[in-house]
Amino acid sequence: MRIGVVTFPGSLDDVDALRAVRWSGAEAVSLWHGDADLRGVDAVVLPGGFSYGDYLRCGAIARFAPVMTAVVAAARDQMPVLGICNGFQVLCEAHLLPGALIRNSHRRFVCRDQRLRIEATGTAWTSAYEVGDEIVIPLKNGEGAYVADTGTLDRLEADGRVVARYLGADPNGAARAIAGICNQRGNVVGLMPHPEHAVEELCGPSTDGRGFFTSVLAAAVPA
Amino acid sequence: MARVVVEVMLKPEILDPQGKAVQGALSRLGFAGISGVRQGKRFELEIDGELTPERITQLHDVAATLLANPVIEDFAVHAGEASGRAR
Repeated sequence: MRIGVVTFPGSLDDVDALRAVRWSGAEAVSLWHGDADLRGVDAVVLPGGFSYGDYLRCGAIARFAPVMTAVVAAARDQMPVLGICNGFQVLCEAHLLPGALIRNSHRRFVCRDQRLRIEATGTAWTSAYEVGDEIVIPLKNGEGAYVADTGTLDRLEADGRVVARYLGADPNGAARAIAGICNQRGNVVGLMPHPEHAVEELCGPSTDGRGFFTSVLAAAVPA
Repeated sequence: MARVVVEVMLKPEILDPQGKAVQGALSRLGFAGISGVRQGKRFELEIDGELTPERITQLHDVAATLLANPVIEDFAVHAGEASGRAR
């Protein structure tokens, strides 16, 4: 199993994501934003950071990077794709996921260990969890408030596509405390908090993030 | 050569924390009577050749594809006489 992690100019968490992939037992493959080539990987992670300096809108420029043409095509072909933080923003801009991420309602950057409830386990990235599992993983963003129109939110809820929800005090003003969602098929997941920072006890508040990387081992479709 | 201006604003129902911060600063500075601020973006595009209706239609695509995210933003394309709004 080969899992690719895309590096955009301004990506920050690509190295941690590669490390989390290696921890899970998969082969970690670096992918470059300028190459429309997925190097034969079975799944892709779009990492956190500030791709292209967050110019224009978060993820707006990255969405048109050459590698994204290949990622969008592969995602439509059911390849598992996980967008974390900036990666979630890129997936929304690419219309692989509905809605958008806007500036935190309280206007401050948030950086804390965040409690979440896992609400969907039928996705490529969450099958290792049980519905209702409470996990603690880092959350760090300035523009992490998930928004979508009411019809879209209702549809996400009705279809069981809210993957994770924030517990406790509202961290960023996200609609209905949504921390992560998936597409209809469940192969594409966007998540604002960072599971890749919570796979080893030495650094990170827990090892609760491991499940995202072990789930995909069972889910990947051969490329 | 023509100049086309594209204005992008967050949709009215989307919270604008930046506008709120500006409004808060204005009241702290003693500028009274400003009950709301919303912050948007303005793009000035230099266009080669003549601005035909086809070019203006293309510029709407430019705005809807990259300059604005229609999920959360409205935009307006101002091309001299031939300006148009899109929501």
